[in-house]
Amino acid sequence: MSSTAVSAAAGLRLPRWAVPAGAAVVIAAAYVVFRGTATLPHDDEAPQFLAVTELREWIDDHRNDNPLFLYFLNYIRLFVGALYTFFQGVLHALGWPGITGVMGALAWLAGGRRIALVAVAGVSTFGVLGLWESSVDTLALVGVAVLLSLAIGIPVGVWAGLSARVRRAVTPVLDVMQIMPTFAYLAPLALFFHIGAPAGAIATMIYAIPPAIRITALAVSEVSPTAVEASVSLGATRRQTLVKVYLPLARSTMALAVNQTIMMALSMVVIANLISAPGLGGDIIRGLSRAQVGIMLPAGVAVVVMAVVLDRMTMALVDRDPHARLRRLDLVAAGVPAAAGVALIPVLPQVWPESLTIDMVAEVNAAVAWAETNWYAVTTFVKDATSYALLNPLESLLTSAPWWLVALTVLLVAWRVSGLRRALTALACLLAIALLGVWEHTMQTMTTVAVAVLVALVIGLALGVAAARSPRFSAVQRPLLDAAQTMPAFVYLLPALALFGTTRFTAIFASVVYAVPPVVRLVEDGIRAVPAPVVEAAVSAGSTPGQLLWKVQLPMARPAILLAANQGIVMTLAMVVIGGLVGAGALGYDVVSGFSQRTDFGMGFVAGVATVLLGVMLDRITQGADRRPSPRKRKVT
Amino acid sequence: MNIRLLAGLVALGLAVAGCGGATVDGTAGSSAPAGGSSASAGSAGTVKIAINPWVGYEASANVVAYLLENELGYDVELPEIKEQLAWEGFETGDVDVIIENWGHPDLKKQFIEDKKVAVEAGSTGNKGVIGWYIPKWMADEYPGITDYRNLNKYAELFRTSESGDQGQLLFGDPSYVSNEDALIRNLKLDYKVVVGGSEAALIKSAQQAQEQRQPLLFYFWDPHWLFSKTELVRVNLPPYTEGCDADPKKVACDYPEMDLDKIVSKRFADTGGKAYELVKNFSWTNEHQNAVADDMTNGGMTGEEAAKKWVEANPTVWQAWIPK
Amino acid sequence: MGDSPDSAAITVEGLWKIFGPRAHEVLDGDDRHLDPVALREKTGCTAAVRDVSFAVRPGEVFVVMGLSGSGKSTLVRCLTRLVEPSAGTITIGGEDVRAASPARLREIRRHRVSMVFQHFGLLPHRRVIDNVAYGLEIQGAARAERHARAAEILSLVGLDGHADAYPDQLSGGMQQRVGLARALAVDPQVMLLDEPFSALDPLIRRDMQAEVVRLHREVGKTMVFITHDLSEALKLGERIAIMRAGAIVQVGTAEELVGAPADDYVADFVRDVPRANVLTLRWICRDPEPGEPLDGPELPAGTRVADAVGVASASSRPIKVVAGGELAGVVDRVDLLAFLAGQDTPARAKA
Repeated sequence: MSSTAVSAAAGLRLPRWAVPAGAAVVIAAAYVVFRGTATLPHDDEAPQFLAVTELREWIDDHRNDNPLFLYFLNYIRLFVGALYTFFQGVLHALGWPGITGVMGALAWLAGGRRIALVAVAGVSTFGVLGLWESSVDTLALVGVAVLLSLAIGIPVGVWAGLSARVRRAVTPVLDVMQIMPTFAYLAPLALFFHIGAPAGAIATMIYAIPPAIRITALAVSEVSPTAVEASVSLGATRRQTLVKVYLPLARSTMALAVNQTIMMALSMVVIANLISAPGLGGDIIRGLSRAQVGIMLPAGVAVVVMAVVLDRMTMALVDRDPHARLRRLDLVAAGVPAAAGVALIPVLPQVWPESLTIDMVAEVNAAVAWAETNWYAVTTFVKDATSYALLNPLESLLTSAPWWLVALTVLLVAWRVSGLRRALTALACLLAIALLGVWEHTMQTMTTVAVAVLVALVIGLALGVAAARSPRFSAVQRPLLDAAQTMPAFVYLLPALALFGTTRFTAIFASVVYAVPPVVRLVEDGIRAVPAPVVEAAVSAGSTPGQLLWKVQLPMARPAILLAANQGIVMTLAMVVIGGLVGAGALGYDVVSGFSQRTDFGMGFVAGVATVLLGVMLDRITQGADRRPSPRKRKVT
Repeated sequence: MNIRLLAGLVALGLAVAGCGGATVDGTAGSSAPAGGSSASAGSAGTVKIAINPWVGYEASANVVAYLLENELGYDVELPEIKEQLAWEGFETGDVDVIIENWGHPDLKKQFIEDKKVAVEAGSTGNKGVIGWYIPKWMADEYPGITDYRNLNKYAELFRTSESGDQGQLLFGDPSYVSNEDALIRNLKLDYKVVVGGSEAALIKSAQQAQEQRQPLLFYFWDPHWLFSKTELVRVNLPPYTEGCDADPKKVACDYPEMDLDKIVSKRFADTGGKAYELVKNFSWTNEHQNAVADDMTNGGMTGEEAAKKWVEANPTVWQAWIPK
Repeated sequence: MGDSPDSAAITVEGLWKIFGPRAHEVLDGDDRHLDPVALREKTGCTAAVRDVSFAVRPGEVFVVMGLSGSGKSTLVRCLTRLVEPSAGTITIGGEDVRAASPARLREIRRHRVSMVFQHFGLLPHRRVIDNVAYGLEIQGAARAERHARAAEILSLVGLDGHADAYPDQLSGGMQQRVGLARALAVDPQVMLLDEPFSALDPLIRRDMQAEVVRLHREVGKTMVFITHDLSEALKLGERIAIMRAGAIVQVGTAEELVGAPADDYVADFVRDVPRANVLTLRWICRDPEPGEPLDGPELPAGTRVADAVGVASASSRPIKVVAGGELAGVVDRVDLLAFLAGQDTPARAKA
C-alpha cells in the first residue's frame, strides 16, 4: 500500500508499476498456456523418500555397532540422559514443599518479594491443576536443555562478540537455525539420538541456543570500547579484560539471553514430546489425540504459568538496578522459604495432595461442546468460506502451475523485493524442494502460509496503526501482546482446535493468533519511529490524519512493515507445520506421519528438510534491503 | 598442564576401550522395570505401559495398571507414545509393555527376531478388525453403496471443503495402521484421504453423520464402544485373502481380522517377575473392553475410575490373571 | 627537537600507521607519498599517521593538536601499541616499545604509561574507588593496599567523599577526575591524555585544564596531551605539535607557532589567537632609532605584549627590552598600537 502512495505521487514518466505489472501479465499468460504441464505430483513412494527410510533402517540396525554411534552420538545421548535423570531425581526428591521453597527463595533473590510470590503461586498452580509430576518433568527437561544451551551458547556468544570474524561465520548458521520450523528437526534428531528425554533435550537445545549466542554476542559487542581500551591501556591481559570488563558490563543483557533461552526451551519441550520426551507435552498431545480441550487446557495453563514464572524471575535480573547489592535482609528473607521448604520434605508428601487439586476436565469439555454446537454454523461458515474462496483456488493454482513458472515468479518477486543475491538463494531453495520430491505438498503448505500471512498482516497492520495513533489503545493492547509473546506457540492450537476441529483452517487460525502480536508491535514501533519533525511538517502543511497516515507514516514505516511481514511469514510457517498435528496436511502432516509410520520416515524427513528450505526461501524473498534483526525484538530493544 | 591433559586422554581412552563404546540398550535414562528402581519405598518396581491413542487400548492399559498398582504394589507409568515409536521404546527402555498390538508383522520381525529386544506375551482375547464405514442411513438410502465398486458413483456425496472435487475418506490418527492410500490407488477410487487427526474426530463425525443425516465415509475399527451407540455399516472391500496385504504398495483387499496381542520388552520379560506374569495372563473380551472404554469416554470417568469400576464388578475375570 | 633521544621520555621516529587490507604493500611502495584521498581511491587504505617523528622531554607537557581526522588519536594509541603501528620506532624511557613482547608491553602499560580517554572509559559496575584502583588490581596488588593508594589519589584530584559512588552518579567533570585518578594511581612516568576534556562543558573544561596544570606542577609527570582546541593547546602545552592529514606540520612553543607559522595551514589556524597574549616583546622589539631616548622603563624580553601595555601607558618613553642583561631592542607606544591593530610588524615580516 505504501507503493501505491509513492507511485501515485511520482506518476510522471513511465509509471513505476509498469514493469511489475507487465511481468505479472506475462506470468499470468504463461500460466494459462502451460497450465497442468510440468507439474510435480506427490508420490508417497518417491525414491528420495525410500532412500532415507532405508538409511534409517540401516542406522537402526547399526546403532550399536557403528563407531560414530558407539563412540560419539551414543555418549552424547547417555550424558544428556544422565543429566536429565539427575535433575529429575533432585526435583522429585525435593518434592513439592522443597521445590516451592527453593523457587520462592531464588525468585526473592532475583527480584524481591513480589517475584517470590509469583513464583510460589505459580509452582502451586502446577499442583492445583493436578499436573505436578508432568510439570516437574518438564521443569527438569527445561533445566537440562537451558543449562546445556547456555554452556554452549554463552562461550560461543562471547567469542562471537569479541571477534567479528567469528560473528560473520556464526550468523548465517543462527539465521537458518531460527528460521527452521521446530518440527523439522525432530526426525533427524530421532535418527541420531533415538527417542526419549535425551533426544527431546537435544532438540530443545537446537531451538534455544541461537538466542543465547546471539544476545550474548550482542551484549559483548555493545560493551563500551573505551572501557575496554582503558583496561588494555593499563596493561590488563585478555583474560583480565574479559573477566573484569566484558562480562560484568554485558551482564544484564546476558541475563536477557538466559531469559530468551528459557522461553524458547519452554516452547520447544512441548513439541519434543512427539519424540517421546516426558512432561506436560504428553498431556497436550493426549488432549490433541482425543480432541479434548479439557485435557489440554490445564496442561497449556501449566506451561504458560511456568513461562510466566521463569520469565518474571529472569526479567527481574535483567531490570535490576545495576548498583544494587544483595542485602543481608534479602538473603535471610530468601533463606526462610528455602529452609522451610526443605525442612518440610520429610513431613509432607512428595506428590501434591490430591485433595488440593481442581479437576476441570469435564467442565472445560462441556464448555467446548457448548461452543461447538452453538457456534457450529458460524465456525463452519468461516472455515468453508475460507477454504472455497481462498485456499482451494490458490492451492489448485499453485499445484497446477508448471514448476518452472513458479520458480520464475519466485525469482522475479524476490529479486525485486530483496535483490539478486537473496533471490538466487530463494530460487536454489525452491529447486532443491523440487528435487526432494515434495513439490506438491510444499505448494499446498505455501498456500496455507500465504492465506495465514495475509490475514495476519491485515489484522496486524490495523491493530498496529490503531495503536500508533491512539496511546490509550496502545496502553491497553501492550500487556496483552507481552503476554501473548511469552506463551509457547503450541498453546495457540487449543482455542483453534476447540472452534474449528481438525482442518487446514485450524492451523491458519492458530498461526494468525501466533503471528499477529509481533506484527502489531513492529508496525506500531515503525510508525512511531517516524521522526516528529516530519509529522509536524506534514500537519502544518494541512494534511488530514488520513493523508498523514497514507502519505507520510506508512511509507516511512516501510522497512518496519517489511520486517513485520518477514517475521510474520517465518512464524506462520512454523505454526502451519505444527498444524500438521491438527489437520493442516501437506508438509506438516508428512512430518507427523514420518514419526508415526516407519515406512513414511523418509517422507517425513524429506518434508522436514523441505520445510527448512521453504522457510529460508520465504525469508529471503521478504528480507527486503534491510538486515534482519533477531526475532522477538521486544526484549532486545 | 600438558601432562594432565595427556593423563585425561589416556583415562578417556581406557574408558572407551574398557566398555567398548556406548550402546543404546535402555540401561540409561530409565529406571529398571522391576526392583532397583528409584520409586517410593515399598514399591515392587515401575512398569511403563505405552499409551497408544485410541480409547480401547487405554481401557486395557488402565485395567492392567490398576491391578498392578493395587494388587501387586507396582508403580505404573503410562507414557503417551504412538504405536511404532512404542516399539522403539523397547530398545531405549522408555517402554515395557504394549498392551494391545494390531498386527505389525514387520515390527515383530525387526524387534523380536532381529534385535531381540521384545517378546510376545500372548493374546489379549480381543478380536480386532479395521474397515471403512458409513452411517446406517446412507446404506438405507443409497442402494449398493456398501459395495466398493459403487463408491465412485457416490463420490460426489462425500465431497467436503477439505477434499475438493473428490470424495472424502476420513482417517484418524496418523499413527494408525493404514492401507488407505494404496487402496484408493489400487481400486481406482475417486477419493482423497483427509486426516481427522484423532479417534475423537472420527467418533464425532460419525455421530454427527448419523444424527444429522450427513454423508460420511470413514476409517474405523472394532472392538469399539461406538457400535453400541451409533448404527454404522461397513463398506465391503475386496475380501481379505492370506498374503494379499504382503506388499503395502499393492494392497487391494480389505483388512484381516486380527488376534490382538501383547508385546513386552525382553528385559521386562526376564526381570519383570509378577508384573510380567500378570501382563501375560491378561485376556478379556471385546465386551469387557467396550464397557470400560464407554465409561471413559461417555461416563465422565478417568481411566483409573473406569478401571476400578470394572475390577470391582468382575473379580472372577481378573483374579485368574493374578500370578500365584 | 634538539634533544638527544636518550635523555627524552618519548622518542618517535618515522612512525607510520596505515589502515587497510594491503597496508604493507603501500608502505613498501611509492603510494605512501600520495595524498590521503588519492591513496584511498587507489588502494583502499587509509594512512592515519604518516612519517611522524618527535621527542618529548621528561616532565614536559607535549600537546598534539589537530582537527578531527588528522590522526592524532591514532598517533597517541600507537605509542603504547593499542593500535599496532605499521612502521617506525618508538622509545619510551629508553625502551624500544615496538620490539617489546606482549608480556613486556603489558609491563610498560602497567607501570610506565597510563592513559586518560575522551569518553572516560570508566567501568560503570564498579564504585569510584574500584575504578581508580583498577590498574593496581590487574597488577595484582592486594585489596587494602590498592584502596589506600586509590583513596590518596582521589583526594589529590579533589574527589574526597565520592569513593563509594558509582560513575553514573557523578557529573562529567567529576567522572573525568576519576579517569585522571585512575591514570595517576599506577604512578606512571608518562601520561597520555586523549582529548580528555572535549566532552565537557566549557566552564568545567576550564576548571579541568587548571586541574591538569596543578597536577602537573605537583606530580611532575611527562604528559602527551591530545586536543583539537587551540586555546587549550596554547594554555597547557610547553610545546605543541600540529597535525594535519596524519603528518606533523610544525612543532614548537606557542610563541613559535603564532609568531612564525610554518605554513599557511598553521597560519590559518592561529589567525584568531589573541597575539598579544601569546607573543612576547622579543617578537616586536626593534633596534633603537638614532636619537631615541633610552631612559624609559625596562622589561624582560619574555614579557607578553599584553602585559607591556600598562607599562607603556604609564610612560611616554620607549620601553627598553632586556634579554640576559643586555638590551635586545626597544618598543614604543606606536609599535604597540600598530601590533595591537594587527598591522605588519617585524614578527609578521619574519614569517
